Amino acid sequence: MEIVFLTFILMLSIFLGFELITKVPATLHTPLMSGANAISGITVVGAISLAGTGQQDLANWLGAAAVALATINVVGGYMVTDRMLAMFKKKGSGQ
Amino acid sequence: MEFTSGMEMVIQFSYIVAAGLFIYGLKLLGSAGSARRGNMLSASGMLLAMVVALLDQGIVEYQWILLGFVVGGIIGGTAARMVQMTSMPEMVALFNGFGGMASLLVGWAALATATETFTLVTIVLSILIGGLTFTGSLIAYGKLSEKIGSGAVMFKGQQVVNSLIVLGIVASAVMFCIEPGNAQWLYLVIGLSLLFGVMAVIPIGGADMPVVISLLNSYSGLAACAAGFAVNNNILIVAGSLVGASGIILTQIMCKAMNRSLSNVLFSGFGSVSSDTTEVEGEIKPISAEDAYYVLEAASNVAIIPGYGMAVAQAQHVVKELCELLERNGAEVNFGIHPVAGRMPGHMNVLLAEADVPYDQLLEMDDINPRMENVDVAIVIGANDVVNPAAREVESSPIYGMPVINVDHARTVFVLKRSMASGFAGIENPLFYKENTRMLFGDAKESISGLVREFSS
Repeated sequence: MEIVFLTFILMLSIFLGFELITKVPATLHTPLMSGANAISGITVVGAISLAGTGQQDLANWLGAAAVALATINVVGGYMVTDRMLAMFKKKGSGQ
Repeated sequence: MEFTSGMEMVIQFSYIVAAGLFIYGLKLLGSAGSARRGNMLSASGMLLAMVVALLDQGIVEYQWILLGFVVGGIIGGTAARMVQMTSMPEMVALFNGFGGMASLLVGWAALATATETFTLVTIVLSILIGGLTFTGSLIAYGKLSEKIGSGAVMFKGQQVVNSLIVLGIVASAVMFCIEPGNAQWLYLVIGLSLLFGVMAVIPIGGADMPVVISLLNSYSGLAACAAGFAVNNNILIVAGSLVGASGIILTQIMCKAMNRSLSNVLFSGFGSVSSDTTEVEGEIKPISAEDAYYVLEAASNVAIIPGYGMAVAQAQHVVKELCELLERNGAEVNFGIHPVAGRMPGHMNVLLAEADVPYDQLLEMDDINPRMENVDVAIVIGANDVVNPAAREVESSPIYGMPVINVDHARTVFVLKRSMASGFAGIENPLFYKENTRMLFGDAKESISGLVREFSS
């Protein structure tokens, strides 16, 4: 059942993703991509439990490395997206 | 799904909230006014997911996790602060690669506890997609930052070699699922996926990089998705597929804007040879900054069409200055942005936003083209193929059929260009020879500064 359940989630989120992303204007495509970088850092959630088993084995080290790499994406992705979005101004505002 | 403990239930429900925040965050990205708030919401969803992941009962020690947070946080934070807006494509390419590698590592680590065949299949997938995303992104990064040659690398028998690699991947993946205890199949899958990533991106030229990084962006999400199946975690699946969908849509938009199919971009080695031999009739008419100033001074409607050359020359700030002077002179100024101008989707918009150009002045191709007849002066800055009328007029041209910004419909066109060298694929541009075109030779930043000086004096 677990497989069916996860595949079901997969299908629904792909359709939802298509619906949401087609509405993003072309002006914001670069922040969209860097924001997507940040979201793909979600792998950190899977890596956390692997890095904390206390086993000192290969899986533990791989998990820790994955935590570091995914955190780069999360922190760097959200920060740079915010930096970019802060620059987008409407005419006659904020000057 | 049954919960083994109350804590487990808290964790799973928090993941649902986090997924909701990602989704709502993306929805707010639908308009420039609410986008920043959307990004904040998405970030808080991520923070929630990371905090509750730490509550997992399988965790007995925290030092390695914290070390990962600190190292990753410092690198990511520094990169986000230091990166130049012109270098955004490189940064996104690199981050795609990190995402891929993280998924590869998670898949590999999950192997220790995997028993079911289905789990093994998803582990292979996360290693495969993650691995090729990693090396593919590194090559894309190298090409974008020009650390390696940005041209397309083609050699005899390339297709055969690539087919053999794909066969090798399939065979070793199948053997791995049959014999998970035998580590050599695992190493073979890892090695071949890394190799395949390199082979897949080297034949693609620098100007096609918007497509490549969009596609790799999508793969980094799909790799996270596969890793989610491998470790049985639904938040990875939701977030990964949102990213996957985003990358695929951007890839489609880019391909459509170049009037080429995805397979043509990936396999044809476009730009490795110049195939265009069309002779263009007409005469090149240069213009001096002074004369250009007189024309601009009289103009009441100006369109500026930027391309990658503007980014290279770092000219966006002087462009904004010129734009202000023109407006003060009573002219209406708009920017026409082609979807593949620059080295990634939306690149020009970010550069102009950095220079304080308001986003309502940035028009998409389909919005500016109908207005072009009323434009007195169209200024083309460092763009070439995206304004090439051959795409409409010359059937033998390699870019025939590609949607372009019709600057030649404006009353006068100024083309700012270093020299008469043609665009990335060696395609002749009849625009330069048109009756209403004037060439302003020199570095884009210098030329515009020259115009600004004329206005100020």
